[in-house]
Amino acid sequence: MRIELVKRPQRSALFSMLSPFIAFALTIIAGAIMFALLGVNPLNAFEIYFVEPISQVWQLHELAIKAAPLILIAVGLSVCYKANIWNIGAEGQFIFGAIFGSIIPVLFPQFEGPLVIPLMLLLGMFGGAFYASIPALLKTRFSTNEILTSLMLVYVAQLFLDWLVRGPWRDPQGHGFPQTIQFGDSAVLPELMPDAGRANWGFVFALVAAVAIWLMMSRMLKGFEVRVLGSSPRAGRFAGFGFNKMVFFAFLLSGALAGLAGISEVSGAIGQLQPVISPGYGFTAIIVAFLGRLNPLGIVAAGLVLALTYLGGEAVQSALGISDKVARVFQGMLLFFVLGCDTLIHYRIRLIGMALTKSKGAAQLEAAPKLGEAR
Amino acid sequence: MDITINILLTIATAATPLLIAAIGELVVERSGVLNLGVEGMMIMGAVGGFGAGYLTGSPWIGLLAAIIVGALFSLLFAVMTLSLATNQVATGLSLTLLGLGLSGMIGTSFVGQPGVRLPNLDIPGISSIPVVGKLVFGQDPVFYISIALTAAVMWFLFKTRTGLTLRSIGDSHTSAHALGIKVIRYRYLAVIFGGACAGLAGGHLSLVYTPQWVENMSAGRGWIALALVVFASWRPWRVLAGAYIFGAVWIGQLHAQAFGIPVPSQFLSSLPYLATIVVLVLISRNKRLTMMNTPASLGQPFVPDR
Repeated sequence: MRIELVKRPQRSALFSMLSPFIAFALTIIAGAIMFALLGVNPLNAFEIYFVEPISQVWQLHELAIKAAPLILIAVGLSVCYKANIWNIGAEGQFIFGAIFGSIIPVLFPQFEGPLVIPLMLLLGMFGGAFYASIPALLKTRFSTNEILTSLMLVYVAQLFLDWLVRGPWRDPQGHGFPQTIQFGDSAVLPELMPDAGRANWGFVFALVAAVAIWLMMSRMLKGFEVRVLGSSPRAGRFAGFGFNKMVFFAFLLSGALAGLAGISEVSGAIGQLQPVISPGYGFTAIIVAFLGRLNPLGIVAAGLVLALTYLGGEAVQSALGISDKVARVFQGMLLFFVLGCDTLIHYRIRLIGMALTKSKGAAQLEAAPKLGEAR
Repeated sequence: MDITINILLTIATAATPLLIAAIGELVVERSGVLNLGVEGMMIMGAVGGFGAGYLTGSPWIGLLAAIIVGALFSLLFAVMTLSLATNQVATGLSLTLLGLGLSGMIGTSFVGQPGVRLPNLDIPGISSIPVVGKLVFGQDPVFYISIALTAAVMWFLFKTRTGLTLRSIGDSHTSAHALGIKVIRYRYLAVIFGGACAGLAGGHLSLVYTPQWVENMSAGRGWIALALVVFASWRPWRVLAGAYIFGAVWIGQLHAQAFGIPVPSQFLSSLPYLATIVVLVLISRNKRLTMMNTPASLGQPFVPDR
């Protein structure tokens, strides 16, 4: 059997809308097979994975906590990817945002008051943008491939954070644990509804960022510039849009948002710096961006879905004893199916059977369709 | 003297997986396909190799399994990018993410288990010759495979008709298609070859380098292999040189940590990654050289029209 793609005269609006849903359905089917192979009743597993983690109000708060960084990072990445610029180092920018934002509560814990949080957030955004400016600079100045440099910087950032919390920033009263001091009260991101659950202002930042980027991409000249340069750099040059400026814009924007996500996570959900502060948010956000069709509003929905895969992974681990890596597998499969389904937007798929030649030898498989045409 | 030889031996062991994965990716990129899933295929090879070796007790079966797992995993990428014409960058990334997740899940039960190690070559009388014996006749089998593989790929790409065809596809798939060359079939085979190589590289990690299963044990080597291909400007012998330079950096920082040099170990550990960035910058600075060597249709999807 052979797959053949037939170009559609224009992109299919129907499949453009349906593809994330088809992808999700396919992921569920593949997931059912996977659970069955692991010797677990798939229906039972799905209930634990997708339903139980969001059946109570406080659990919805947990969902918002996980979704906030994913959405923040992914809306920034969507701008990059629309412009055909491949920042895959958001994980490192997240970490640097967290480190820069933590300067105040760790080094100046005596500084208190309502100004602390805004300053921390600004520093966090600056840290992320600063770290993202390195691959941008290397790309524009030396045309170095940004995929590889931004990714290498993730490893460097992880090691740098590890050194900080084990070395100069370690809490002297922490019994030797590799962590900084607990942030003071005025350095902790407030919770939205303390009575109902733990969700903090990070989720609000995520929603605001999504709406703002959506407005920029659909209503402002800058968004048009991003799209033009992404789909045709040549046309962009004729329109007077600078590619190098766009590289910096996309990297700084996505870096700042990843940095904001980093400091929000540390100041809101964790409360101190630790050697590991992210379960791979920066990479999962890549999946969120594509599942949301690089549309900020779609990304909000996709972020909630991917946040659920994290919670579900924890749930099946404690209930069924399956590794929580199952979440990573779900996320990877989801991205695969989304990308595959996106083909349907531009192409019709035709399966060409080779039934005619089944009885003949394998060597003739090649020649057979031509024979058929000749007749 | 002994220390020097030991350091040279460990450099070769560190360079071997980089070399094998990069040589595989070089063939893939020469055919015009950019597979960013090297890291994912490598870690799948590592877990598959360890698992098969652990369950059967035979490191050779483990090595074979690593190759097969890598090749099968790359088939997923091939179907997506070649048959469904998906974006190669995004698909490669998703292959890496899926591989890291899947290997972690499969390997849960392997953590902490004793692995099996491929024995080093030992020719009675010859392997014990001082200096030369150990370096030339006493290394692990995969080392010899990696050298043979490099030579074979060099010969294939530049001395055979099929190799020429493969390179022509990488430079212009439309022209190649117009000449009646089966572009998609060539690319399928190239991608699967690259996957088998990445799998073998992973198998080397879990059956020779550190014969045990540790989550994320590839530690970015797949990405460094990708960088090596760019660094080598798509020439096999330069990949060989690059792999040994990076092997030396990797080993050098480990030895520096062991000697207790007064630099935080995390800074030393980040050296291979920083070195990758520096090397990439140095190479890409020369735009003319890069433009001249990059396969012209690298990363572009191809849909044959009838």
